[in-house]
Amino acid sequence: MSILLSTQHLTMQFGGVVAVDDLNINIPKGEITALIGPNGAGKTTAFNVITGGYQPTNGRVIFDGAVIAENCPRSKMKRIYNGSYTEPFRHTVVNKSDVITRLGMARTFQNIRLFKDLTVFENVLIAKHCHIKAGLFAATFRLNRGEERAMSQDALSLLERVGLLESRNEKASSLPYGKQRRLEIARALATGPRLLLLDEPAAGMNPKETDELSQFIVDIKDSFGLTVFLIEHHMNLVMDISDSIYVLDYGKTIAYGTPAEVQNNERVIQAYLGVDEA
Amino acid sequence: MMKKTIKKSTIYSLAAAALFLVFLYWLDANRLSQGMLISVLQKGAILALVATSMNLLNGFTGLFSLGQAGFMSIGAYTTAILIIPVRSLDGVYYMNGVHPAIMNLRLLMANSPPFLQSVYPFIALLLGGALAALIALLVGLAVLRLKSDYLAIATLGLSEIVRAIFSSPQFDQITNGSYGLNKIPNFPPMLFGLIPSLITPFIITGVSVAFIVLLINSSYGRAFKAIREDEIAAEAMGISLYKHKEMSFVISSFFSAVAGGMLAMYMRSIEAKTFSITLTYDILLIVVIGGIGSVTGSVVSAFLVTAAKEWWLRFFDQPLSLFGFQVPLFRTGFRMVIFSVLLMVVVLIYRRGLFGTNEFSWAGLIKRLRLKRPAKKEVE
Repeated sequence: MSILLSTQHLTMQFGGVVAVDDLNINIPKGEITALIGPNGAGKTTAFNVITGGYQPTNGRVIFDGAVIAENCPRSKMKRIYNGSYTEPFRHTVVNKSDVITRLGMARTFQNIRLFKDLTVFENVLIAKHCHIKAGLFAATFRLNRGEERAMSQDALSLLERVGLLESRNEKASSLPYGKQRRLEIARALATGPRLLLLDEPAAGMNPKETDELSQFIVDIKDSFGLTVFLIEHHMNLVMDISDSIYVLDYGKTIAYGTPAEVQNNERVIQAYLGVDEA
Repeated sequence: MMKKTIKKSTIYSLAAAALFLVFLYWLDANRLSQGMLISVLQKGAILALVATSMNLLNGFTGLFSLGQAGFMSIGAYTTAILIIPVRSLDGVYYMNGVHPAIMNLRLLMANSPPFLQSVYPFIALLLGGALAALIALLVGLAVLRLKSDYLAIATLGLSEIVRAIFSSPQFDQITNGSYGLNKIPNFPPMLFGLIPSLITPFIITGVSVAFIVLLINSSYGRAFKAIREDEIAAEAMGISLYKHKEMSFVISSFFSAVAGGMLAMYMRSIEAKTFSITLTYDILLIVVIGGIGSVTGSVVSAFLVTAAKEWWLRFFDQPLSLFGFQVPLFRTGFRMVIFSVLLMVVVLIYRRGLFGTNEFSWAGLIKRLRLKRPAKKEVE
């Protein structure tokens, strides 16, 4: 089984707070891996570091065999560094999130971030822009008609795939919540990713919608040949579809395994339910 | 069905453009009696181009920039220096003399074949635009990292720096310092006189605005809008913020400078003070009144604001007596008070500008006219 994404001793420290501490994950190609943990455990921070939103304090991110981010604590951070992995990395590799997206990693956001005033169709079409071949002037004078047509056809077929074709001319902000979530996933898919990162895709959904979403995630994973990495609090969804699960608490990885293993892990239960003092 | 409506609207647009062109030729034939209308329309056309270029930046890319006047002055000075007649140069720079490099260049230009001479004004406009674009490119490296208000302050500062440089004594021999430049020739005719000089600014503005509209509707324009809507999401969708902001900034500056060059031709004399902050505010006002994010809004409001300010409200500047009673307040400058009050009223009624973020469309106009028709019948 080949590994698509891995992190080595990934540490993210803000001031004195170590949000992600020595995170080592391996995400096998074609599988669904989940990242769970109580609120404030550092899950979204880990996502932001992986997708290039933040530069890690220490550690390395490897995507498809290439190092896409690497850093070591320097200057002031060297003195106040508080991560548990102290052997520093030596190189610095920085990639902004747009570069990482073009490498084949797309994400959705915990608090939906659609282009609100644009139509559903435009939202998906914009995501196709990152692979455009025509230059500014060629595109302005419509010398790329073929490319433009292919972009809109792809966007339309994606919308059909996620069941939003009827609402393609509506404003994104006018869609009901569940559809906005789907649109965000469709938009991420439009960038042509190999790895899809979903940040709480079922947040705010009722049990029925959550079930539909589980089915949907498995569907798109199979039909687009994706690898999925997701953060989620709905345990039904996580346990149903994940192949393996990482559990974070206070930035540290406290458990890893199949859903059944994690469910019975003593430390996980403690983290979620609290420790019996007596 | 879809194709038919598109074709219909194209025909309407072409017809409207042709009608306007005929009107302009009529104006040209009667230019002696229609002086006020011509000057208002020409200034409106120039401001329409600046407003559209500012809208590209502020309305479509979401970059709140206030550097328009600075880029306009770069275009205006470049154009003026390149087109003031050689024989007038010594008269214009009577205080400090012309810089030898400029004089040599101008003499070289004056000795070139006549067909080249007739395109020099256009080359001058393009060069002014290119220089502004280059400066925007360099400045953009630094200031485009800033967001919202901070970007506004930085570009405002840039505009003031440019103005200070143009009026500084160190550049006396180039910009003529605080004396400014005059004896700038009027608009040149186009196509060997087929298009009279009066119509030239409308053609340049038309072509430039068409370019901006095409850009906005292209894939790059959509990327600009994505940045306006949500920078973080746009970047996560693989859009390079830096590259696209820089593109928008450079293109906007280019067209601002072209409009600045036209303003120099229109005003016939320029000085650094012409391009102070208030000019940027005037343009911002046009953009806001027209609707931030609407090209047609900017164009229409450029003409409306110019006409109201320079023409329709002139009446308030003259003393008025009704039945032997001298109406108070009617004196020079009163029109600006009325103008400001009108602005407030317009902004209160149309919160998002006259057009909001919508564009003019024939289908929309017809729909409006249809909606009004039954109401009229009831009155009858």
